[in-house]
Amino acid sequence: MANFFNNKARAAAVAATNGASSAKGAALKESQNLQPWVEKYRPKSLNDVTAQDHTITVLQRTLQASNLPHMLFYGPPGTGKTSTILALAKELYGPEMFRTRVLELNASDERGISIVREKVKDFARMQLSNPPPLYKDRYPCPPYKIIILDEADSMTQDAQSALRRTMETYSKITRFCLICNYVTRIIDPLASRCSKFRFKMLDQGNAKMRLEDIAQNENIKLQDGAVDKLIKCSEGDLRKAITFLQSAARLVGAVKTSRSISNVNSKKRGHENDEDEDAMEVDGIDESMVTIKSIEEIAGVIPNNVIDGLLHAMQPRSKGAVYEAVAKQVTDLVADGWSATQVVTQLYQKIVYDDAISNRQKNKIVMQFSDVDKRLVDGADEHLTILDLALQISGVLAET
Amino acid sequence: MALLVDKYRPRSLEALTYHEDLSERLKSLAQSGDFPHLLVYGPSGAGKKTRIVATLRELYGPGVEKIKIDSRVFQTTSNRKLEFNIVASVYHLEITPSDVGNFDRVVIQDLLKEVAQTQQVDQSARQRFKVVVINEADHLTRDAQAALRRTMEKYSPNMRLILLANSTANIIAPIRSRTLLVRVAAPTESDICTVLKKVGAQEGWAEAEGLNRRIAKDSARNLRRALLMFEAVHAQNEKVTDKTLVPPPDWEALVAQIADEIMAEHTPARLLQVRAKLYDLLSHCIPPTTVLKTLTFKLIPKIDDALKADVIKWSAFYEHRIRMGSVSDFRISTFSTDEVF
Repeated sequence: MANFFNNKARAAAVAATNGASSAKGAALKESQNLQPWVEKYRPKSLNDVTAQDHTITVLQRTLQASNLPHMLFYGPPGTGKTSTILALAKELYGPEMFRTRVLELNASDERGISIVREKVKDFARMQLSNPPPLYKDRYPCPPYKIIILDEADSMTQDAQSALRRTMETYSKITRFCLICNYVTRIIDPLASRCSKFRFKMLDQGNAKMRLEDIAQNENIKLQDGAVDKLIKCSEGDLRKAITFLQSAARLVGAVKTSRSISNVNSKKRGHENDEDEDAMEVDGIDESMVTIKSIEEIAGVIPNNVIDGLLHAMQPRSKGAVYEAVAKQVTDLVADGWSATQVVTQLYQKIVYDDAISNRQKNKIVMQFSDVDKRLVDGADEHLTILDLALQISGVLAET
Repeated sequence: MALLVDKYRPRSLEALTYHEDLSERLKSLAQSGDFPHLLVYGPSGAGKKTRIVATLRELYGPGVEKIKIDSRVFQTTSNRKLEFNIVASVYHLEITPSDVGNFDRVVIQDLLKEVAQTQQVDQSARQRFKVVVINEADHLTRDAQAALRRTMEKYSPNMRLILLANSTANIIAPIRSRTLLVRVAAPTESDICTVLKKVGAQEGWAEAEGLNRRIAKDSARNLRRALLMFEAVHAQNEKVTDKTLVPPPDWEALVAQIADEIMAEHTPARLLQVRAKLYDLLSHCIPPTTVLKTLTFKLIPKIDDALKADVIKWSAFYEHRIRMGSVSDFRISTFSTDEVF
């Protein structure tokens, strides 16, 4: 319990220093306004991370025990893997020590075997730098460094195996954190050295709360049901949802210079910067709203009537007529630039939930879907592939 | 003298003729001050590039049109030297990473970081960030796309990306979730007619509406193609009427001929002839996919209704095989063999 209070005291200390250097903060603010919201609303502390309760509880505990295992975070995109580790590192080291204690490598950095051998190893065996006096009161600064290997599934097998021994040898002063989408692409010896944290898809409730929070902070009016639509379009990917929200907001021109927003922020976070208070000027509140339609447009969702048109064309009738109808629909679809993957996904949704189609037929159709999906991923021609899919499906539908 | 396509390319967002709401949206984005990463996709000849150039102009003013071509040398990890061309203005860079094939990752890593780590030099510039336009983003390798991921987030204050692609299928999900998707649909046939009419009027050519409509139909909603055909027709004929023939490209004529031959006779001897012709096409550097696709759509009207679905099925199948990188002429001959029997 004592530790818990200690953390609070630290947070208070942080607030104090930030207040002092608010001139610097104002400059920072300006550049922040240009940032994508995804960055702007990246969780600043572990408590802010949404929905990953289990992981967060475990990490909170390690934060207090000041010991950390090697970690492997995995899960679908946009669930907060990178955010979590960055938030954790910030809480552990604070802004000053962050640079010397944390090495972040992602797929944008060269990560071949030579880099693992040199850069990573060098960093791993580097002696710990001492925190400045009094610093320890504010941040725990545990006696180890963290190496974050983001997008680790894009590392080569060789590079991964070069890590094996490094991880063990320097485990006294270095912890590794691997982040990946597909845990299967991490070689077993590495996976067994880490404690694994699975990041699950965000559930509706949490994602909704977060989005509404952001919308409120940014002064955006949402149409009823718009948030639900956002969540549906983004398929559990919060980053996608936030990007969509921001784009939608830009499109309706609902974003004003975020003066008033920073106010909301400073109230909420307490430590952002306090001198903004006097700059509080209420922007002219505009009536423009983010509508469901604009969200659909941004997300590239195909309107229902287009898909229905295609489905209708696929209904069995005399053979030649089917081809003509389907071919016309598909040509229009392709010329309108709808992405083939989107067509496949939406068509799939429609067909799977269509009760008029028997299970045996669905079975066959789904086979087609998987085949087509593979082809599209391989980069086959969209027009031919979609046409093939549509004709095959209509063939199956015609069977009795 | 420039081609019509270039001569009448719209330079500003206001001058774009179709998809007004899209232009409007791009304009409001450009003016709002915080410009997102964009992923622009749509079929070829729909005006993706034109829109982007116009948007850049909206962002930075006429300065973006002063472009120069830089040649840069990159070194791969295996010490191979790569030459790479960059089209650049003071405010933006334009790259086609697929030029260097499998080494596109190196280019992305080196170049983008270099760009992103420096701020806009020109203090009087309207925007704080620079823009990097990546052409043919759907041909980027997985590695290169993975390299983009964190770069896009980390350096976003200094740099915005605009990706151009024909389809979003090959773009990995993490990139898609970081960008604003902009779909540019192909112009409708009446849109094309309007453009042709306008261009014709400016050139002082006699108008032939039936011809325009025919060109629009033949171009398969590809405005660039339509304009080129339009120019070709006018260059070949002194006086055009509604009945003037639109000459198809000669390879298309050859494919049509092949289709006829396939239908006319189903014998091994004929197969050999067809094969020779296909080789001819391929040796003239016509992409196999295009050949296969055109052949399929030329065959379709000629065959029995019951067979159409099958033909499409095999066509799609072999097209996929071609993509997977086997010997392409072999695929096409097999395909035509299948048709024959």
